[in-house]
Amino acid sequence: MKKLKSRHILGMAHLEPEEITFILDTAESLKEILQRPIKKVPPLRGRTIVHLFFEPSTRTKLSFELAAKRLSADTVSISKGTSSVVKGETLIDTAKNIEAMKPDIIVMRHSMTGAPHLLAKHIDSAVINAGDGINEHPSQALLDLFSVREHFGRIKGLNLTIVGDIAHSRVAHSDIMAFSKMGANVTVCGPATMMPPDIESLGCRTVFDLKEALKDADIVMALRIQKERQGMALFPSEREYAQVFGLNSSIFSLLKKDCVVMHPGPINRGVEMSPEVADSNRSIILDQVTNGVAVRMALFTLLLADSREE
Amino acid sequence: MKNRVMPPILLKGARIIDPANNKDQVGDLLIKDQKIDSIGADIQCEDAVETNLAGKWVVPGLIDMHVHLREPGFEYKETIETGTMAAAAGGFTKVACMPNTSPPNDNESITRFIIERAERAGYCKVLPVASITRGQQGRNLTEFFDLLQAGAVAFSDDGLPVTKASLMRLALEYSLNFDALIISHAEELELSVQGCMNEGKTSTKLGLKGIPNAAEDIAVFRDCCLAELTGARLHIAHVSTKGSVEIIRQAKARGVRVTAETAPHYFSLTEEAVNGYNTFAKMNPPLRTEEDRKAVIQGLRDGTLDAIATDHAPHDILSKECEFELAANGIIGLETSLPLALDVLVRQEGFSPLEVMKLMSFNPAKILNVDGGSLNPGHKADVTIIDPDFQFCYKREEIRSKAFNSPFLNKKFTGRAIATIMAGKVTFDLNGLLKAR
Repeated sequence: MKKLKSRHILGMAHLEPEEITFILDTAESLKEILQRPIKKVPPLRGRTIVHLFFEPSTRTKLSFELAAKRLSADTVSISKGTSSVVKGETLIDTAKNIEAMKPDIIVMRHSMTGAPHLLAKHIDSAVINAGDGINEHPSQALLDLFSVREHFGRIKGLNLTIVGDIAHSRVAHSDIMAFSKMGANVTVCGPATMMPPDIESLGCRTVFDLKEALKDADIVMALRIQKERQGMALFPSEREYAQVFGLNSSIFSLLKKDCVVMHPGPINRGVEMSPEVADSNRSIILDQVTNGVAVRMALFTLLLADSREE
Repeated sequence: MKNRVMPPILLKGARIIDPANNKDQVGDLLIKDQKIDSIGADIQCEDAVETNLAGKWVVPGLIDMHVHLREPGFEYKETIETGTMAAAAGGFTKVACMPNTSPPNDNESITRFIIERAERAGYCKVLPVASITRGQQGRNLTEFFDLLQAGAVAFSDDGLPVTKASLMRLALEYSLNFDALIISHAEELELSVQGCMNEGKTSTKLGLKGIPNAAEDIAVFRDCCLAELTGARLHIAHVSTKGSVEIIRQAKARGVRVTAETAPHYFSLTEEAVNGYNTFAKMNPPLRTEEDRKAVIQGLRDGTLDAIATDHAPHDILSKECEFELAANGIIGLETSLPLALDVLVRQEGFSPLEVMKLMSFNPAKILNVDGGSLNPGHKADVTIIDPDFQFCYKREEIRSKAFNSPFLNKKFTGRAIATIMAGKVTFDLNGLLKAR
């Protein structure tokens, strides 16, 4: 594969396995740059990347910005606490105004599902979805794939168990699709109140018993309890959640010898994951963060590869 | 045209479909003095505008018992004039408009305003549905007597459910004094309020919050129980689920005075139309699954569902071209209702034209207790001429409604109304068929 088929990165639902492998291979070759003393290369010099964040973000925004800067692109960040609609400007207008200043890529995070898809319909720049509502977070899924492939040397045939709020987690949605597309076996586990209907249709099985779900796992991923996305409390108390679904040191005896632990962050320590687990030698959580920059560098490079050839 | 005496219209050799008399036969029909004068084998009338209608259908003017005309208050979405123009082009001679305007139709002056506006436009008779509660606030009843006097044909808080069961009971009880019809927008908000499409496989795939069937089923069941309790006349609007169909079927079997309608989109589309975050496929209740679609068709077939009503819901483009969750609910339907019924019910599902005309004229007239749905000589001449073989593409430029929020844009159809006559007056004539020569 020489270039991506997709013009935008809207979700794992739209990426084909070959494209995914191509992105991961590209990220692998770019990761080396991050180990250099001078972490900057010139390929995107003169390119402009706009980060449009309608929702608060620390890790993802920083990761995208660093990725752009490592490649010498110019970056601008716009953070809006509220949707532009509240201020009277429509999302399409906001985007068209930004577009008029000729950026090459717009990276957007938005509280509403489908917002980046809407953007992509109305503007010419490439759009990267940095998280839309409860829908998708494709760059996170790609960095998760990358981290797993880096650790195990493969993805196919591995057993991934995702524990937590599946319904409100865009990371879960993207990861289920990403890992199943790449041949892993995905299991989801969590309170039944946090399971969307027909989640199996995305490519996973549902197990309600945590012990059962952890038994054969090669990778265990805990999700953050997303208080901000729930209309009402979907479980009685954090105490009970931690007791039933929290990953604490008691799980070590259940896990396969070489099973690793992941988390998309930020962690509610003591709720979905205890410090002993997060900081154990099984954890590849900080590798995920490092790899995030490499994967995002790959996305920028590949999305702009087309025009660079001209 | 208004004050001139209309020449008689003689429709020759048409397939005359009269659901009131269960008749479907080829013949002539003469319209004279705004009335249906006669039906027969070979009618002659010298001064009449005569048209040969071989292969065409002549049916009673279609009646849509559920539309939103947006006036007063939302004239940028639709006006009574543009909405009724669309109605005439869809073959309708009567439409019942819902009260969720601004201000809402909760008093006789708004009711009269709507009727007068429609009369002035002259395209289609408009039957106002008044709100059940003042300001559609769900607290106090409107003045049923006064509103009925002014011309309201039914009561509904459509757009919103009557959330309090005690108030719904009160409305049904009070309606008994006038044998008035209460139309229920059946929705349990507690279960639906966060959702923006059907809950299921597609909502999970798209990452949108869903509305379960139970949100409708529970409310339909509640209102059927209240109709049974009170003995009042209840009509369930826009039925979309398999469960509702079954609940209504059982209520009817028990003798509850309940009738129900569904919309063309519920028998022709499923939740998959939402793919790509298509806001033109966003409505409330939402498009459901294939299983529901089939159950709705079965309901129409066995008489559980009495009527096809469009829930014509025009919106300006700003209300639709935005984030899916923010987009307004509803689609326009007046100009696609009959083509969809012909497409899906007649050609795919084997309904007879007579059955479809029952659903689109006779039954709604009966439910609303207005005249229509009949071609009996002496009746007011509300007549629609249908060309079942007419092929056309539903294009944005050709839509009469002010809005174009339809999931059927650019769809190719076979069959439509080619002329509409309301009280002897031609309100729509696609190809100049009825022009005096």
